[in-house]
Amino acid sequence: MAGSVFLPIPARPAPVKTEGVLPWMRANLFGNWVNSLVTALIAVAIGYAASAFLSWGLVNAVFAPSADQCQAARGSGACWGVIVEKFRIIIFGRYPYAEQWRPEIGTILLLGLLIMSCIRRFWKPWLVPAWIVVLFAFFSLMGGGRLGLSDVGSDQWGGLPLTIMLATLSIVFAYPLAILVALGRMSTLPAIRSLCIIYVELIRGVPLISVLFMASFMFPLFLPVGKSPDVLLRVLVGITLFSAAYLAEVVRGGLQAIPKGQVESSQSLGLTYWQTQRKIVLPQALAMVVPGIVNSFIAIFKDTSLVTIVSLYELTGAMGLALNSEADWRPFKIEGYLFITLIYFVFCFSMSRYSLWIEHQVGRSKTR
Amino acid sequence: MTERAPPRKRAWTWRSQALRGLVYQLVAVSLIALAVWYLAQSTLANMAARGIQSGFGFLLQPAGFDIGESLIPYDALDPYWKAYAVGVLNTLRVAVVGIIFATLLGTILGVGRFSANAIVRGLCYAYVEVFRNVPVLLQLLMWYLLFADILPPITEAVSVGGLFFLSKNGLSFPVPVWVPGVGMALLGTLAGVVAAWFYRRWAIAKFEATGQIRSLFWVPIAIVVAGELLGWIAGGAPTAWDIPKPGGFVMQGGASATPEFLAVLLGLVLYTSAFIAEVVRAGIASVAHGQVEAAGSLGLSKPQSMRLVILPQALRVIIPPVTSQYLNLTKNSSLAVAVGYPDVVSIANTSLNQTGRAVECIALIMAVYLTTSLATSAFMNWYNRHAAIKER
Amino acid sequence: MHMKINNTKLALAIVAATSALVVAGPAQAGKTLDAIKARGELVCGVNTGLAGFSAADSQGKWSGLDVDVCRAIAAAVLSDGNKVKFVPLTAQQRFTALQSGEIDILSRNTTWTLTRDASLGLSFVGITYYDGQGFMVPVKTKVKSAKQLKNATVCVQAGTTTEKNLTDYSRTNNLNVKPIVFEKQEAATGAYFSGRCVAYTTDASGLASTRNKDAKDPKEHVILPELISKEPLGPVVRRGDDEWFAIAKWVIYGLVESEEYGITQDNVDKLKADSKDPVVMRILGTSEDTGKLLGLDKDWMARAVKTVGNYGEIFERNVGPKTSLALPRGINAQWNKGGLMYAPPVR
Repeated sequence: MAGSVFLPIPARPAPVKTEGVLPWMRANLFGNWVNSLVTALIAVAIGYAASAFLSWGLVNAVFAPSADQCQAARGSGACWGVIVEKFRIIIFGRYPYAEQWRPEIGTILLLGLLIMSCIRRFWKPWLVPAWIVVLFAFFSLMGGGRLGLSDVGSDQWGGLPLTIMLATLSIVFAYPLAILVALGRMSTLPAIRSLCIIYVELIRGVPLISVLFMASFMFPLFLPVGKSPDVLLRVLVGITLFSAAYLAEVVRGGLQAIPKGQVESSQSLGLTYWQTQRKIVLPQALAMVVPGIVNSFIAIFKDTSLVTIVSLYELTGAMGLALNSEADWRPFKIEGYLFITLIYFVFCFSMSRYSLWIEHQVGRSKTR
Repeated sequence: MTERAPPRKRAWTWRSQALRGLVYQLVAVSLIALAVWYLAQSTLANMAARGIQSGFGFLLQPAGFDIGESLIPYDALDPYWKAYAVGVLNTLRVAVVGIIFATLLGTILGVGRFSANAIVRGLCYAYVEVFRNVPVLLQLLMWYLLFADILPPITEAVSVGGLFFLSKNGLSFPVPVWVPGVGMALLGTLAGVVAAWFYRRWAIAKFEATGQIRSLFWVPIAIVVAGELLGWIAGGAPTAWDIPKPGGFVMQGGASATPEFLAVLLGLVLYTSAFIAEVVRAGIASVAHGQVEAAGSLGLSKPQSMRLVILPQALRVIIPPVTSQYLNLTKNSSLAVAVGYPDVVSIANTSLNQTGRAVECIALIMAVYLTTSLATSAFMNWYNRHAAIKER
Repeated sequence: MHMKINNTKLALAIVAATSALVVAGPAQAGKTLDAIKARGELVCGVNTGLAGFSAADSQGKWSGLDVDVCRAIAAAVLSDGNKVKFVPLTAQQRFTALQSGEIDILSRNTTWTLTRDASLGLSFVGITYYDGQGFMVPVKTKVKSAKQLKNATVCVQAGTTTEKNLTDYSRTNNLNVKPIVFEKQEAATGAYFSGRCVAYTTDASGLASTRNKDAKDPKEHVILPELISKEPLGPVVRRGDDEWFAIAKWVIYGLVESEEYGITQDNVDKLKADSKDPVVMRILGTSEDTGKLLGLDKDWMARAVKTVGNYGEIFERNVGPKTSLALPRGINAQWNKGGLMYAPPVR
């Protein structure tokens, strides 16, 4: 074959670089002209909103607790001074000023134990007595009347400690109740099963506010004169019963995910019903539903804001109390709202991160 | 070695499961009955001892209080049951409108989490995290504060083209003056919807028979619009609109949504749509990736594969949790009482105070929400069965 | 999953949980006075915050006209006007709290009406303030009379007689006002001050309190001249304990009669020692033992006046012209000075 010349084919171009900042931007921000347009439009909008917010919230804002300066800056800048001025009332509500170290320490104890209970390493039997001790310490600190602490009536409790207390206690008490109801709902005994179904569906069908109204306005009529417990306790029981119904459904989801073979094999080993539940079913089921439980806790934490409607001054109520009472500060409610929004957000967001993380852990243990 | 007979299940001895089960159930039921009886008896004793009136008879007496906004004609001399009806309708109004908007917004946000554009993804994510981690009551209060505090008074209402007005009195907008011609236009629209539905059925049947693709979106819309136009012209083409204009303490003419309604609606929609977005995202994520690739290899465009392949499959996963979000929205509408919107809780609350019948009024609130919840879940169950995989 | 093995412990657990609900059988309502003495404390339901009537300062110390009434009763019954536990209540909570025995007496600017007296299982013990419902509007609306409030939005608190009075007035005068009803007083006044409502309506005393304590500048708000209803405000007790009813009633009458006969916080000790006026001697228990008839000791009224002063002093201290509320004595003056305060004789 004469005349054939070796013609090398051109080298292939290098592969498109897919790593690094620029290629990422090309793929995710400027893929085609529609994408680029959307990116540009949103970037402009965000930039505009951010600059407006920064100039209101930071540049023109007043940080000094002075009502006159705030009034002068009204409309152009935020008045964060209102938070400085009213900080103690927003956080502690009507709790006596001089005694506010007590809810502070109590809440830190409660939160500390709560965080410990979230860490797998501490899931040991001593957690139960630890809770009992901490709850006792918390109530001694809050209520006083012993150990030389002055008596503070529960009508004066308020603010963030009350929010955390209501959320924590209701989930702690709802948890065992929810396990019982979930087991009862899956029981073969028809009367117990229907009682549990009625309870769960009844509670889940009504709004929390009606349960709170019931606890606050109606329940006292149910008991003999003078026997009715404190309104805070009634509301706590109301929230507990309410969240137990939701939690029971979460637990039931975990119970249903346990393969039937597990129960059958434990039966064939001669375990009784309760042994089967305690040693085989619940440990697996409960570990699986931890994310669900955390999500229920987030829901309860947010729902505690409703008790302000029945005149308990938890965080939202204390905020109203702090800013409604003084004419000078009333116009700056929006700053107050943003402040407690931030508090709620920090709590709920970190808990939802935790829930995601634990979900990941559970998923990993299952695929192993 | 003698063989032991297995224990008989139905032997009525203490060792038998059946008997024990029966005994425990009896004990449980009788204890609950006892508790209920005790509470009821002590309630009745309390009431009798102090001559507290009870019973639902008050529902027939005149209510004697005005209600700020109502969908049906209501007068203060109407009986309590009618006041309740107004409250229930107000609750349903905010719940239904809220569900529609929350679904739309939630779906957009949920789909947005899969956008090719990172900034859109990020925005949707930020929205969801911010709005679902703040109590809905707080959001309602903030929106109400914004409406009541920041909007101008009615005399300085912000106007959009002289047609829409935004002020402390809410949003006022024009409505057509009611003449028979408007009715004809509505009738025409209805006829158009029916015709479009028939067209769609025919087009789908044709597609399955011949493979010819006809537009299933633009043509039906054109049919509806044509029907509406025809009806409007047949009705004499009425063009009179009732346009609001500021006057005195209220907007004269037009229709308006109060700040209370808007605050409740906005709060509920923004909060619930964050949850719906998560549900939609999870639903879409649950569709196997192979489905998308298969759709792509069949030549479907991205929006097409989203609409025709992914969403229909995701819907099966989405419907049950979305149902509970709808129920949550309905239940959360009870928080309207905090911003002065006259929903059923607010009306019940007023009646409770006027009549002193706490038990009856709270029972009524619960009954209303239970009925709504059960009805919604019944409807969604029906729809769920409809959308579930039809195994052939 | 089937759980057939046995449900013994589950059932037991449920049984135990339920039985916790069931406590001892219904106890008979004890006599209120005995209960208070045993407890060593009077539990008094008051407003969550209405300056001049009942309001707590930042230290949690309560003051106001309604509060002083409770202190006077505590002084008469327990010999110490500070042995009172104040329970702040919203309009909705107040009657249930009293019916259920959570509080011994409700002293919370509550209007006496037939329905409340006859159907709630409660008894009004007397009238401590004669009031009427009025309207407050911002000065800049230029509204001079309630009759000009046509089509106006009016903020009102839920659970009050105010709601119905407003409706009645609106019907009679064909005003078609739009009520916006709020759960809490703070929410209602907040909405009014933000400008959501043209007017705020409540008892005239409440309007004065809101205007002077809550408004940024009281001069920007005006209380309209019309009073659209009668609002006799007074303390309430549970029905069925006549002895307690009589004590509460007579402490109030005693305070009013003390003013009529010039017994004041300052001179009560002196009068007790050397007064020769038979009426004063009866009131202060130096001649007849009037307290015995009520189940109290003979110094009951002397202690009450010593603790909070007579009715006139209570009025002047909390709401009178020299306070920031600056309410005139008006119809709340003594009967012999053109007012309605007329106490049956303590004898």
